Amino acid sequence: MKTGISVFVATLVALGASWCGFVLLPLLQFGGAKQTVVLQSTDTWPVQRTGAATLGLQAYRANGCVACHTEQVRQTGVACELTLTSLGVQKPADFKDFTRSLFVLPELAAYTNALTASLNGWNGGLPQTLLTSADKDLIAEMADRLKAVGVKSETRIVSTGADVARGWGPRQSVAVDYLYDQPVQLGSLRAGPDLANIGVRSPDANWQLQHLYAPKSVVANSTMPSFKFLFEVRKIVAAPSSDALNLPKEFAAADGFEVVPTPEAKQLVAYLLSLKANMPLYEAPFTPVTAAK
Amino acid sequence: MNPTENQSFCPDERDASLRVPLLALFGGAALWLIVGLGLGLIAGIKFHAPDFLGGCPLLTYGRLAPAANDAILYGFCIPAALGVALWIFARLSQAPLALPLVPVVAAHLWHLGVFIGTATILLGGSTGQTWLEYPRAAAVLLFAAFFLIAVSAAATFGWRRERSLYPSHWFLFAGLLWFPWIYSTANLLLNCNQPPRGIVQPIIGWWFANNLVFVWLALMGVGIAFYLLPKIAARPLANSGYVLFSFLTLMFFGTWCGIPQGAPVPAWLPTVSIVAAALTLVPLIAILMVAVKTVCGACVSCQGGPFCYLNFGLMSFLASGLLYVSAACPQYSRILEFTWFGAAQTQLQLLGFAAMILFGAIYELMPSVMGRPLPLPKFAKLHFWLAMLGVLLFVVPLLLAGVVQGKHLADATVPFADVNIAALKFLRISATGQLLLLLGALLFAANIFLMTLQWKVGLIKTVIAYIKSPLATTEVKS
Repeated sequence: MKTGISVFVATLVALGASWCGFVLLPLLQFGGAKQTVVLQSTDTWPVQRTGAATLGLQAYRANGCVACHTEQVRQTGVACELTLTSLGVQKPADFKDFTRSLFVLPELAAYTNALTASLNGWNGGLPQTLLTSADKDLIAEMADRLKAVGVKSETRIVSTGADVARGWGPRQSVAVDYLYDQPVQLGSLRAGPDLANIGVRSPDANWQLQHLYAPKSVVANSTMPSFKFLFEVRKIVAAPSSDALNLPKEFAAADGFEVVPTPEAKQLVAYLLSLKANMPLYEAPFTPVTAAK
Repeated sequence: MNPTENQSFCPDERDASLRVPLLALFGGAALWLIVGLGLGLIAGIKFHAPDFLGGCPLLTYGRLAPAANDAILYGFCIPAALGVALWIFARLSQAPLALPLVPVVAAHLWHLGVFIGTATILLGGSTGQTWLEYPRAAAVLLFAAFFLIAVSAAATFGWRRERSLYPSHWFLFAGLLWFPWIYSTANLLLNCNQPPRGIVQPIIGWWFANNLVFVWLALMGVGIAFYLLPKIAARPLANSGYVLFSFLTLMFFGTWCGIPQGAPVPAWLPTVSIVAAALTLVPLIAILMVAVKTVCGACVSCQGGPFCYLNFGLMSFLASGLLYVSAACPQYSRILEFTWFGAAQTQLQLLGFAAMILFGAIYELMPSVMGRPLPLPKFAKLHFWLAMLGVLLFVVPLLLAGVVQGKHLADATVPFADVNIAALKFLRISATGQLLLLLGALLFAANIFLMTLQWKVGLIKTVIAYIKSPLATTEVKS
């Protein structure tokens, strides 16, 4: 590094390499990303947001919700679940005996405790989950053996991990989920819960509005600040507004006044309710709960 | 060239050329540091009292937090680093600063840009991309200002009287080249009318954030430290081979870090980042070796002077680098992702490493540039203790909060509300650290502003003395 030119060239090569790798290549790989197809259906994913929800994303951006909330669910892997759907001609007690007779199989050795527990806790109602977090080959073999004695069962693919167990989503977030977000608000800190599926988890718009106005009125030990400035406290003229929040006494406005959400608050809630990443995709498969009836 | 060599040309001319540009850069930087730490303190208090100043949309947490971070990075770290870099370029060139008016204009443009950006974030106009929250108008101003300062630095470098290069040249030169590149790329792609759709946005955002907060600050901070350490210790910089090695490996490996491990992107991106993070240990160790070998055995007493700032800054650099690497490690990242840990590492990089090196450099260079001692030398010493204690009290509890929060998050049987409550007591100590940092910044600003005031008063006195002075007898006679 004796001359300015050699420093310049070394810098250019080193820094240019990372530019090519992390700017140019991703642009080429995903720049033309398109909608994908939901597994076992003809629906496309993701769906374009409606007008109010699109504007709501701008309220989400402007107020920096991303400082405390992520919009990405992680999973550690997938597991299979075996659920009984019909016993055919068998009685529950007979079925229990039959299952116990399978315990001698070497491949079932690791699951005997789990199986015993699920059989002991079973009162004969259907559907009943028999095996969870098991290997897919074992589940397939079990399903075959049950079928041979006339018992119908269903195999479900479920995602595993703490986020899924918390109910934050049925599967991990994948790249295509963010196709229509502008800006994409992934977030990097969970000072508040993940919101990737808040539209599935808390679909009640009134609950969402009340939570924005007075977080502590719905979640007792919430640390979320109140977004009072998205609401208008006004005097009730003639009849109360149909939009007015129905607040508990200690959070309500003074007598003769009502709390009405501004259009921005309604848009923000429309955006929150549009956050649903709950469709099985090729890159993140799972069996939706509705199929296990 | 060795910076300890006797400067043979007229140093007064060089110092005079630096005076106005550096005061413009440092004065604004000191102000933004106070603003940034102040906003950060309010944001910190909001975690304990969510409804504190709650009615005001300008002061909601989601606007305060990015405004505070950006004010510290864009308002303080970058202009202060540029000012120190200009000084080093002039010193190493053995020549006065070239085009001295250009950085003065640029400094004002830069601070105007930061003002527009901060105001826009608080008014709800943030772009929503981490570290790129400033709107287009502010981004254009910042880019133009940086470009002008880089032109002045390049001209000083081009017209240098001392022809040989010193290692600091490499680091600072790379920094001057890299910022315009990443800043223009990120803004042109993300802050335009037709940004790329979907997941490409955060990928470019992560690349930018890593290259700005980790690589760029490292290039500038280490470049400055490698100039000042030998100067203060009165010893040559150790092992030039290691220095070159650390420079190249920092650029080749460090620039590929930054994609989080659990990101919803194809696996090749985080995998590359994990490998790069592991390799980044190499430059970290090399830089540490050079620094230790340079100062070991030197008879310099610390006592809260610039040497202390540099030592603490380099230790923070090592710590923050190790935290960065460990957070990229898959088994830790699963726990630490989405917690306070990442925020703590960033704050250590900004306030423990970059800011400390810059404080040390500014306290070291101001007396020689201004031709007068620091007006409040005791404040400078007290500032060191406040800043050091502040960084430790701010960052260490945040790191612990991150670990506790991560462990609880990974255990689905712990209700989410309890996860949050467990982190709160750590955040309380952090707020104390922020308060100390703010007090320290006030002391720093007091020194800078008092020095500016003294210099201006001195100028006015000279002018008045010139006007009042009796005419020379020869003129009277004719």
